[in-house]
Amino acid sequence: MISQFALLEPLWEPFSSNAFLRNALVASSLVAIICAIAGTYVVLRGLSFIGDALAHGVIPGIAIALLFGVPGVVGAAIGAVVMMGGVSTITARVRLSSDTAIGLLFVGMLALGVIITSWSTSFVGDITRILFGELLGVTAADLGWQLLVLVVVAGIAIVAHRPFVLMSLDDGLARTSGFSVKFFHGLMLVMVAMAIVGSFQLVGTLLVLGMLIAPAATGALLARRVSTMMLSAMVFGVVSSYLGLLASYHFDLAAGASIVFTAVYLFGFVAVLTIPRRLRGHGELPHQHEHAH
Amino acid sequence: MASSPTNTNTPTDMNTDMTASNVTISTSQLDIGHGLHTVAHDINMQMHSGELLVLIGTNGSGKSTLLKTLAGMIAPIRGEVAVLGARPGGSPRRVAYLPQHPVSSHTLPLRARDIVAMGRYAHLGLFRRAQKADRLIVEDTMQRTGATEFAESPLRDLSGGQQQRTHLAQVLARQAEVLLLDEPTAGLDLSGKYAIGEVIAAERARGVTVVLATHDLQDAESATAVMLLAQRVVAFGPPAQALSDDNVRACFGFTQPH
Repeated sequence: MISQFALLEPLWEPFSSNAFLRNALVASSLVAIICAIAGTYVVLRGLSFIGDALAHGVIPGIAIALLFGVPGVVGAAIGAVVMMGGVSTITARVRLSSDTAIGLLFVGMLALGVIITSWSTSFVGDITRILFGELLGVTAADLGWQLLVLVVVAGIAIVAHRPFVLMSLDDGLARTSGFSVKFFHGLMLVMVAMAIVGSFQLVGTLLVLGMLIAPAATGALLARRVSTMMLSAMVFGVVSSYLGLLASYHFDLAAGASIVFTAVYLFGFVAVLTIPRRLRGHGELPHQHEHAH
Repeated sequence: MASSPTNTNTPTDMNTDMTASNVTISTSQLDIGHGLHTVAHDINMQMHSGELLVLIGTNGSGKSTLLKTLAGMIAPIRGEVAVLGARPGGSPRRVAYLPQHPVSSHTLPLRARDIVAMGRYAHLGLFRRAQKADRLIVEDTMQRTGATEFAESPLRDLSGGQQQRTHLAQVLARQAEVLLLDEPTAGLDLSGKYAIGEVIAAERARGVTVVLATHDLQDAESATAVMLLAQRVVAFGPPAQALSDDNVRACFGFTQPH
């Protein structure tokens, strides 16, 4: 009996005996829940690319903030606002296909962030922290910020759930149902930006997209309802945080990357498991002949 | 009138509100199109409650453009248009629009019943909880379009015809006074086409004005008015008059057998 527990000890012992790892688990679980809420709508609406653009857009803001000794979160928030303005302007005005223009905008912001960071004396350390996160140095203040972000993101989701779901089916449907697509699209971008700003310190700006999308996409494979999708995204995100941190502790791996890799790996695993079900489902439809037209 | 969220609009109170002379849709010298590209010029019409207007034409003839203009999805290029006395799109609770080939992403985790229930969102707004009356409307409309048997299935598992029945039920669940339907029978088998014919007749009996776009001349038989479109208004009037051989040939081109 005792020996059985001893065998399982590596599963919890790192967290019970290391405060920094416990904090990291709490913080990454908060990130997982924030990202599950925002990511559900990102996946439903197909906004992954804009989410990626926002995640890169915050880099120069963080770099400038660090240069002047201001908290990175403030710089990230300002960067996100600038980037949202850029994305909206491009979507509304530019005649190039918007993915080209947004792609250029985000790679430009990434380059600008690296340039700004290169002025700083500890260039390599700063840019690594921005891009890949600093999960093991979580402070109580960081947790406070994340709780605040969680409240705001959850609040937006509660207020705007109906228009968000209508828009994920069809923008026109939201408009003819009396909801302003312009306003609620903007609100969705704000929600995504908040999630990114609240998460980048842990997993980094390059990897935050993985937390935003992988658990939600895994939930979408399994769920029949949006609420179940969001709940399972939370579960997948928290499980990825735990497994990633555990792997990072035992095998001395980068923590943020281990968590995001676990989340993406879980998605791939569930996707492969559900392929047969999905194919079978389409073969057994009673009204298959209605396809003929 | 339809502003109450649980108003079930029985035929009687609808008829007392809407006399035969009640104009629901009116256009005057209306030019429609996208941006600077005009698709059809000078559309003049008046539709009343309980009437059916059938729009006939090939792809790109302007049917969908006219429906989108009436739904408030695109702005008119020139001229006047009023739906229920307001600008198009101004009365979301009283006008319902079924777009052509509604988007159905494969990742959407929504069951058919959830899709139909979204038809009540125009009445419920952001926060109001769905009441028993709303749920009854959802079940009833699914029954009418034959969507009940797959109510629990996610959208991604439904065939094209089943998706079409689901989207039509959603549009009906709004219990609007004007229905704008873009090819509702596309992809449906004979029983589906029959069910939709029944639905349209029942809505008209309730006092609803229906505007229906179609390729199918048979859909026009019971119409109050028919508009033949071919990047212009080829003919507009009662079916017998509008559907003359010459007009149909002008609408569909010279190779169309008749």
